[in-house]
Amino acid sequence: MLETAATRDTTSSPEGEHRWTAKDLLDTDVLTRADIDLILETAEAMAEVRARPIGKVATLRGMTVVTLFYEQSTRTRASFEVAAKALGADVVNLSASGSSVEKGESLVDTVRTLEAIGADLVVMRHGRSGAPYLAARNTRAGIINGGDGTHAHPTQALLDLYTMRRRIGPLAGKKVVIVGDVRHSRVARSNIWTLLAEGADVVLCGPATLLPHTLAGIGEAGSCTVTTSLDSAIEGAHVVMALRIQKERQESGLIPSMREYITGYQVNARRLAAAAPHAFVMHPGPMNEGVEIAPDVAHGLASVVEEQVANGVAVRMAILYLLATARSI
Amino acid sequence: MKADTGTLIRGGRVIDAGTGIDGRVDILIRDGYVAGVGPNLAAEGAEIVDASRSIASAGFVDLHAHLREPGFEQKGTIASETEAALRGGFTTVCAMPNTSPPPDSATQVEALTERILRDARVRVFPIGCVTKRREGRALAELAELAAAGCVAFSDDGSPVADGRLMRHALELAAALGLPLSEHSDDPVLNANGVMHEGRISERLGLQGQPAAAEITAIARNLALCEATGGRLHIAHISTARGVELIADGKRRGLHVTCEVTPSHLFLTEDSVFGRGPSPAYDTNARVNPPLRTESDRRALLAGVNAGVIDAIATDHAPHATEDKLCEFDDAAPGISCIETALGTVMTLVARGELDLVAALRALTLGPAAAFRLEGRVPGIGSLADGAPGDVVVIDPAVRWAVDPAQFASKGKNTPLSGQELTGAVRAVVVGGRLAFERGVVHA
Repeated sequence: MLETAATRDTTSSPEGEHRWTAKDLLDTDVLTRADIDLILETAEAMAEVRARPIGKVATLRGMTVVTLFYEQSTRTRASFEVAAKALGADVVNLSASGSSVEKGESLVDTVRTLEAIGADLVVMRHGRSGAPYLAARNTRAGIINGGDGTHAHPTQALLDLYTMRRRIGPLAGKKVVIVGDVRHSRVARSNIWTLLAEGADVVLCGPATLLPHTLAGIGEAGSCTVTTSLDSAIEGAHVVMALRIQKERQESGLIPSMREYITGYQVNARRLAAAAPHAFVMHPGPMNEGVEIAPDVAHGLASVVEEQVANGVAVRMAILYLLATARSI
Repeated sequence: MKADTGTLIRGGRVIDAGTGIDGRVDILIRDGYVAGVGPNLAAEGAEIVDASRSIASAGFVDLHAHLREPGFEQKGTIASETEAALRGGFTTVCAMPNTSPPPDSATQVEALTERILRDARVRVFPIGCVTKRREGRALAELAELAAAGCVAFSDDGSPVADGRLMRHALELAAALGLPLSEHSDDPVLNANGVMHEGRISERLGLQGQPAAAEITAIARNLALCEATGGRLHIAHISTARGVELIADGKRRGLHVTCEVTPSHLFLTEDSVFGRGPSPAYDTNARVNPPLRTESDRRALLAGVNAGVIDAIATDHAPHATEDKLCEFDDAAPGISCIETALGTVMTLVARGELDLVAALRALTLGPAAAFRLEGRVPGIGSLADGAPGDVVVIDPAVRWAVDPAQFASKGKNTPLSGQELTGAVRAVVVGGRLAFERGVVHA
């Protein structure tokens, strides 16, 4: 199956078939429906590879993938590393601590150095919004945004979309509620673009201080609304996505207390009862169980959290594969 | 020097707020001063500057420029930045005190004045600090700074957040007859903001600077201005509501003046995003106060046209490459714009957004009056007889594309790179001497 995909994308592609051409994946905002379909179809192929007794291929043999993480991460980094290795790439893991970054090296110099060393693709996580854009402009290596500040997390949004499609098929007209600290969430922002492109009705919900009010009303195919009432937001929802709430939000006075947040915005069984039949709950992780999500919901039948993590590997394999293939054309 | 025979700027449309002249006349400069403005002036042996098809104005006065020296010579020097000013048509520049060390004592001002006398290509007036080391804690010795030649007081980008300190500074400065130029901003409300809070900041995940942070600070400063009878100059106003507050203060007779930058007249928050489908996070569009919304921009233009805004001041802020080639949050705020200021202003005139006469007033008489510079240099900012022989000749129709590599300024940091502008400085006479003509600076 993977070989089929490879053949299709490189040599015997019928005229007009959609191909991946971009050097980088920085956010989902510039992806067309065709781009999204291509990524998710490729991810299906990758999931088949993963399901084999030896879930590895040698497609990216000889390629070097660097994970460059300026922020702590468990799942994203591990997911990318497993994905790159499953495709046969060599993987180098770099962290800001213990590297030349601590000696004051600029981001631009770092990515240029990685390029000189022979990095083909750099998966980057950075605490500053927009940092991967700076990196991408200054290197020939392909940059994959593994999360930048409070801006974007495109691979999370794509694995979320993959998970949703697998569960309920096309998302046009489906109600997707994203609840929590939407304003500071890179996961939410990237999800908004893919969901709107799919034609979903996106509802952003949280305390007024944590909502991106200027996003209300955007979207052509789908719709985007903003509300402070979780009870009304969740009514008839097909998907409920809870976001991680950070303790700093209380410390900086954006919310009076965690207790008040839990009272108003925790995704729990009582609230879920108002959602559509077979509605399911997502969370990008890591979860604060008992805060933004009740433990029984997090581990209950409606939860697809572990599915998200598993799908993450296939979707990231697809992204690595498409970017790598575009480089070798 | 041809001081004896003089310089004749012939045949231009002379627009001068100081004398009220608007017509096709000649300007004769002799011995470094304006010797006459009128039709068909005879001047045997004078150097002729042909200004036909051009506009001639008194040299521009900039109330807000960063020359970076001493302390930040990698960003700019008095020599490089005053050459940039000259090319931009600015024959007088007030230097902001965010240098290292800052001019917070007479000794520092004297050292600065020495450097200015040695290196400056145009007239430079120092602005002294309000507080020691610009830290906002203890007042600088204001009388001593005034005696050393400072034309105003300011802590530049560090607002005097302490209201009590601000009140006392206004009282003391009033007694010295000097204005306080205040970056009106509430640092707490602004938190760690890096751009205007709104549509684009939320789109890009960047911490926003709410308009309210400027508006509340202007309101506070106006109240203190009223309470003390001090002279308040609001630096680089950026909000529509701020313009209304200042108009109200003026109606009630307060000694308040204000300035706007050409960047805020020409650009909006959209410059941070850039023109492409994917965001640019253009660090060259990072500036304090931030570029705001289109409706703010329109209110600022209306403020200049109505004369509520006294001055177009550049806030010229040259930076080194590494100050901008970094993450947006870490980029130094500021735009190198003294060489594009006139081009942006004339482009706005060409688009019908800015009134030519009002704009030229805001580049000449308006700023000179705001800092009462006529008390130091009689006639400055005008073409009255005996005024300094500072003249700018403007080609209003020439189209050119901004190329930072061509800047005389050390700061190549502009969000206007590649932007086509209409109108440029053709020639500049400083102190009666033709110092710049058709792209060439005369030694």
